[in-house]
Amino acid sequence: MSDTANPKGMTRRQLLSRATAAGASFVVGAGFLAAPNGAWAMETAALQPETMATLVQMARDIYPHDQVADEYYVLAVKGYDTADAADAIEAGIAALDAAAQGKGFDSYLAIGWERDRVDILRGMEDSAFFQQIRGGLVTGLYNQKAVWPIFGYEGESFSQGGYIDRGFNDINWL
Amino acid sequence: MAAPFDLNDDNVVVIIGTGAGGGVLANELAQKGVSVVALEAGGRHLPEDFINDEWESFGQLAWLDPRTTSGDWRVAKDFSGLPAWIVKSVGGTTQHWAGASLRFQEHEWKAATTYGNVQGASLLDWPIDAEEMAPWYTKAEDKLGVTRTGNRPGLPGSNNYLVFEKGAKALGYDEVHTGRMAIQTRDDGDRIPCQQTGFCFQGCKWGAKWSAGYVDIPEGEATGNLEVRPQSHVARILHNDAGKVTGVEYYDADGTLQMQKARIVCVAGNSFESPRLLLNSASAMFPDGLANSSGQVGRNYMRHMTGSVYGVFDKPVKMWRGTTMAGIIQDEAKHDPSRGFVGGYELETLSLGLPFMAAFLDPGGWGREFTSALDQYENMAGMWIVGEDMPQETNRVTLNHDVKDQFGLPVANVHFDDHPNDIAMRNHAYKQGQAIYEAVGATRTFPTPPYPSTHNLGTNRMSANARDGVVNKWGQTHDIANLFISDGSQFTTGAAENPTLTIVALAIRQADHIAREMSAQNI
Repeated sequence: MSDTANPKGMTRRQLLSRATAAGASFVVGAGFLAAPNGAWAMETAALQPETMATLVQMARDIYPHDQVADEYYVLAVKGYDTADAADAIEAGIAALDAAAQGKGFDSYLAIGWERDRVDILRGMEDSAFFQQIRGGLVTGLYNQKAVWPIFGYEGESFSQGGYIDRGFNDINWL
Repeated sequence: MAAPFDLNDDNVVVIIGTGAGGGVLANELAQKGVSVVALEAGGRHLPEDFINDEWESFGQLAWLDPRTTSGDWRVAKDFSGLPAWIVKSVGGTTQHWAGASLRFQEHEWKAATTYGNVQGASLLDWPIDAEEMAPWYTKAEDKLGVTRTGNRPGLPGSNNYLVFEKGAKALGYDEVHTGRMAIQTRDDGDRIPCQQTGFCFQGCKWGAKWSAGYVDIPEGEATGNLEVRPQSHVARILHNDAGKVTGVEYYDADGTLQMQKARIVCVAGNSFESPRLLLNSASAMFPDGLANSSGQVGRNYMRHMTGSVYGVFDKPVKMWRGTTMAGIIQDEAKHDPSRGFVGGYELETLSLGLPFMAAFLDPGGWGREFTSALDQYENMAGMWIVGEDMPQETNRVTLNHDVKDQFGLPVANVHFDDHPNDIAMRNHAYKQGQAIYEAVGATRTFPTPPYPSTHNLGTNRMSANARDGVVNKWGQTHDIANLFISDGSQFTTGAAENPTLTIVALAIRQADHIAREMSAQNI
């Protein structure tokens, strides 16, 4: 992803050599998190990298689309990585980890099965933190224009003359 | 005297709001030579300004001033600060409407007589009927260019319609077609024909759909008799010691309080803002608000029994392509109490883009049950349910003195509880809608809850007797001869049909009445 290029100009190899695994989906290092294969990385400004990694996993567990890559979930929650938002997010993720530990896991990210993570989310779905993250994702994830083609949605059509000559009635299986 | 008019000109008719009611009334009066000042809270947005993007357009057009909600309706939980999806713009919600233009059925003018005593419902017959309204409906259909009326052909069917039609026919429905739509179909008028662009709800960038904002308002302004003042938010209506209204105070585009004198004031701010304004205009003489001797201002709020059904198929539909609501099944619109409820409902095609589908398919929903539905977005078809809901005295708009708008005025609280008849009708419609899609091979269907309301009705209802409502059969308030209500808030009952055509027909008729009474020096 263009705006989360490797921090500090490091090569992929250098980057990954400074990182440790956070769950199955992320590696984290000082001030950054990245995909385990180095496909993308982002620097964090106000949040701990582990917190951001957990937040991204939480976002995927709330709205899981297996065909949508992590980078779109990262973009969807990136707005919380600010000085104003960080305290509340750190507290919310700490509560999430505490709930995971209460069920015998090391952390939320350390849970291997989605169903076990979802159980924890169900237990906190009425909390302000959960609702803030879920509500934000409705636009944060689904209003990314880059995500629309993954679902087949074509978006704006006026500039192309609408669909009058482009298949408004092209259904062929009825 | 020609527009613009002086603030002290007390010969003008002041119209508050420029949508289906106010915008049409303004043009019709201007055509008759009456001097009109139309005060509109929103700005001007023309077809070239509209945006093919759901959230961006929502930010551009929707009425987002604060409101509060209460009651057992799900909107109060899921969208507590947004009871309605209506528009703040010159042209009002006619910028956003889908264009469905249906006449009331004959019996719907006489709901109390036809349905009998329905416990908990405050049903009342309208003081007007189908015969009285027929010529006004014809004028309205001609103004809007409604398909399948006059000699205007229907729209072609989109993918979403073709799925809907096939399912409807499989269930044995007969009254199935691409609707009576205020959308240009032929290249023979002032408006460009429909290009099947979708985004009808975001304002038609071709101007193929009728809107008061770019049809009636410019026509009225061309006469020199109409001055529209955008970004003018009316704070209160003023009156004299004789109990006649004399003008209005409004905040102009700079936030400065102005006073415009008036011979007549017509309120057309939608069913939330119109009663709110009457209540916010309370005075020593009218402590309960203007035109409220009956205590009926704000009561009997109706929003239509609504809901949606989406179906997922094993092959693509691409429902977003083409006219949003050009498809209707009318077989269930009849009154047939054997179904377990009074009144009826229409089924109409509907599509949402991916962003709004995510917000509205199952508000608050999450997890794989939710996302596996969105994964099939391309293979979805959709329909909207719109049926008659029961007026209830306790469903009402009141002032919330704890919450103020940007001008410091108390906002509207909208209280709504579903009536058992509404719930029975909705459940019937869900079942029929799901059966329609299952008949075409749907692998999964969704009975989707109502969205924030676009059809907001009642709250200043029309009644033969002054104790039962707020306005008489002309939309003139029972209490104050030179104060009129000109929007959907004057609806006595809601009927099953999309309300715009009826609002427009009533506005044309009201303009005729006001001009006649002015000439006769009666008001």
